[in-house]
Amino acid sequence: MPGATAQTAARRASHVPVQPGVPLLSVQDLTIGIRGSAGRSVAIVEGVSFDVAPGQRMGIVGESGSGKSLTLRAIAGLLPKPVEVLSGRVEYGGADLLTMPAKKRRTLMGPEIAMIFQEPMTALNPVVRVGDQIAEGPRRHLGMSAKEAGELAVSMMARTGIPDPRRRARAYPHELSGGLRQRIMIAMAVSCGPRLLLCDEPTTALDVTVQLQVLRLLERLCSDTGTSLVFVTHDLAVINQTCSELAVMYAGHIVESGRVAEVFRQPRHPYTRGLLESAPDFDRPDRELIPIPGFPPNVADRPAGCPFAPRCGYVRDHCTEAMPPLAEVAPGRLSACYESDRLTEVLA
Amino acid sequence: MTTAGTDTAMLRVTGLTKTYSLGTSWLSRLTSRGSTTLTALDGVDLDLRPGEILALVGESGSGKSTLAKILVGSTAATSGEVRHRGASAPARRDKESSRRVQMVFQDPYSSLNPRLTVGAMLAELLLLHRVVPRREVRTESVRLLNLVGLEEDVLGAYPSQFSGGQRQRLAIARALAVRPDVLIADEPVSALDVSVQATILELFADLRARLGLSILFIAHNLAVVQHLADRVAVMYLGRIVEVAPTAQLFAAPRHPYTRALIDSIPRMTEGSVNDEFELDGEPPSPYDVPAGCRFHPRCPLAGDICRANDPPLLAVGPAHQSACLKAGELALIPLPEPTQEHA
Repeated sequence: MPGATAQTAARRASHVPVQPGVPLLSVQDLTIGIRGSAGRSVAIVEGVSFDVAPGQRMGIVGESGSGKSLTLRAIAGLLPKPVEVLSGRVEYGGADLLTMPAKKRRTLMGPEIAMIFQEPMTALNPVVRVGDQIAEGPRRHLGMSAKEAGELAVSMMARTGIPDPRRRARAYPHELSGGLRQRIMIAMAVSCGPRLLLCDEPTTALDVTVQLQVLRLLERLCSDTGTSLVFVTHDLAVINQTCSELAVMYAGHIVESGRVAEVFRQPRHPYTRGLLESAPDFDRPDRELIPIPGFPPNVADRPAGCPFAPRCGYVRDHCTEAMPPLAEVAPGRLSACYESDRLTEVLA
Repeated sequence: MTTAGTDTAMLRVTGLTKTYSLGTSWLSRLTSRGSTTLTALDGVDLDLRPGEILALVGESGSGKSTLAKILVGSTAATSGEVRHRGASAPARRDKESSRRVQMVFQDPYSSLNPRLTVGAMLAELLLLHRVVPRREVRTESVRLLNLVGLEEDVLGAYPSQFSGGQRQRLAIARALAVRPDVLIADEPVSALDVSVQATILELFADLRARLGLSILFIAHNLAVVQHLADRVAVMYLGRIVEVAPTAQLFAAPRHPYTRALIDSIPRMTEGSVNDEFELDGEPPSPYDVPAGCRFHPRCPLAGDICRANDPPLLAVGPAHQSACLKAGELALIPLPEPTQEHA
């Protein structure tokens, strides 16, 4: 199996050289939405910027409708119509993916950037044997023969912990359980040795004992190969166990970012704090849950100013006037809150 | 009506089994190679006490939802008995017995009729079950809405005008309209956003305190369960494998499956790491339940005795039952301590 990985690495045509100090992925001022006539566009994700360094694991957390999945899909070029990127840049190794010819961009998907989806049943082709689906990438991108790619598929399946991989490679997706299907998708995603793995709630559909197995697998694969991870989820605890960096999204904006441990310990945005206080923590069963009052704004009807202001306990007049910019509040910590100086309490 | 009085349980389930046979045509019976019987419940014994919140946890396919369906009478058990306040509950419920046990479903988007206003939805139930006379329907509807934290002004609104959390409140109001003793809540918060979940959990706790409801709370999120439940029952492949008071179950699990579930919970606290009590593989198919202890193929402690015997649910401590032949051995392996705050 190490042979297969070395082979993959050697075969990979390096489209994008990684320079030291340059982020592998740089999302700059990304705005995603639906273009309307005469400037009546609706922005769903607004001005999102973040960098992912080689080998870094970045979690994006947010509730449904926060725009976290759309951000991920925009990086992969998989936005559902009629949603599109309205402005901004998505740079991979310094080259803007959005202005790149579609053909060139497609050559990056697989060997450089791969994506793992939430529901493996709908993301896998139901009429192709799973071994052949895994082999497709290496055949297409690494120029392997069918036989070589088939062998690689089997060894990839073994690496993802699928028992009896040679027999399972001949199975169709419906013949496998949810956990096995998710492993197939992971095997497929890593088969060409990507440098960036995009994960959209990859364990939400799985049982908790299987979730742990899949998270450990992702962690091991990433640390073995130095792959960077962008991991989207609504589950703070899953972020805590998978990622080192965190961005919190609310109503289409990144409202806070920083190192996971620091954000959890001392959130500097009221929404992050609200999320942490409302989520049950298994290690602190006696802690009272404090719900966030109200609910997130409708996409088409976001309030002026800070979108969290109507639910915020720290709100002041200026909050409803203009959206606070995402600014550094401590080394490596960004918060989009005018009142972040009042949020310095360390959560026990 | 039999032997009421001595029974202290609100609901008592004894020896409940439910099997589904698939492919009942003679052709499929001739051609099928494997087993065609799905064992959803395989001898479930469980008590729901008056005024308690009992959590039922387990992975998909463990039979949690089948049990819920039998308890509300929407499907009949293959064998076994459900007793409600000591009286045997008929498999086919009449209006009165079905009124007593009500259900709240997981998905508040599909469980509310989109074409009925809130007022019409509640009025229909109140009149059908003759809970109140017609002229009091509106007052009673408002009382129900207030009970779940909504106001009178929503009576004319349709479900589509509400957010997920508010819809779940409506679903709870609907369940409460017929004044049940028992609420069966099947994953009532797992379709909701994190920040909204807490408000619904609070509502369940509040309703139990104010109305003395007995609640069977089905969930897979153990952190949620730990917050809300008085007792927890753990299901695995159609059987209850452990029952204990919540704090005790999480502090000193006496079944290896419970132990593995606890170790698999993603943790919020830095430094709180899962130990090596990790399971291989996935839950086996309910078409083919393993012989002996149903958990032995995945169990790190399994020995020959486990492959040969199907352990019953036995007392291992006060109010604590486990279906494990090695429960004593497990008790000697301590849970990992979270290393606290190293900032």
